[in-house]
Amino acid sequence: MLLDYANVLIFMGIGTFFIVFNLTLGSLFRPNNPSPEKLSTYECGEEPVGPSWIQFNVRFYVVALDFIIFDVEVVLLYPWAVVAKQFGWYGFGAMMVFVGILLIGLAFAWKKGTLEWVRPKVEQFRDVIARPISQTAA
Amino acid sequence: MGAIEGRFSDNVIITSLDYFINWARLSALWPMTFGLACCAIEMMATGASRYDWDRFGMIPRATPRQSDLMIVAGTVTLKMSSRVKKLYDQMAEPRYVIAMGCCATSGGPYWQHGYHVLKGVDRVIPVDVYVPGCPPRPESLLAGVMKLQEKIRHQTIAKVL
Repeated sequence: MLLDYANVLIFMGIGTFFIVFNLTLGSLFRPNNPSPEKLSTYECGEEPVGPSWIQFNVRFYVVALDFIIFDVEVVLLYPWAVVAKQFGWYGFGAMMVFVGILLIGLAFAWKKGTLEWVRPKVEQFRDVIARPISQTAA
Repeated sequence: MGAIEGRFSDNVIITSLDYFINWARLSALWPMTFGLACCAIEMMATGASRYDWDRFGMIPRATPRQSDLMIVAGTVTLKMSSRVKKLYDQMAEPRYVIAMGCCATSGGPYWQHGYHVLKGVDRVIPVDVYVPGCPPRPESLLAGVMKLQEKIRHQTIAKVL
């Protein structure tokens, strides 16, 4: 049983040898002319503007979480759907419980308002909105 | 200059290596996905199933870092020329350029009155093969590719005396 993992070890050995051997061989034959132009950032021929560490809106995080929930759901639903008949009512029930738990999550997210992208807090700005623009301009 | 390139005179080992290296290079010319004008349509047709440049080992790459070949397919405007130069600079060596069509070769129909067109891409980057036509048919582009392969076949890593 433990010896079966020797295959993995052999694969790792071959993989490491393959990479090291080819990279070494390539380094012998390839031209090596680094220049500032060649090492510059590839931005489809444009000069890159600004740093690459930009800040994303934190709301993308919640959207991504919502997405992942249903992504995983679909990943599990597909293989189940293939063998749904063999699994019978027991499998159907189990899947429905699973989907039900996710639906509770969806209801929670819906209630929290994470499915809404534009969420103005009207109460907070009511007096600002009610006033004419001439007064709000500082 | 690499570790071996240009350091030995052409003895039997180096020329055998040449044969192998050149064969490897010319059998996998990866062009950069990059089209500028109507020539790009013919270039796409060359890559599609009827003409199928995949049989030359040509796979379009999305980045200059992975590509060996730049097919300048179309009109190089003055605004684009600095970009073309930059993209060429960013390609890994050895790198080759095919100027496809009259515009990339000489400015083509914009030769005389095109105030916005570079009169030939060889004014900014070195060109290996010129493919005439407006636009060239896929057969012409394939002929250009084969011409380039012929050129690569005669390269050597031996010391040039």
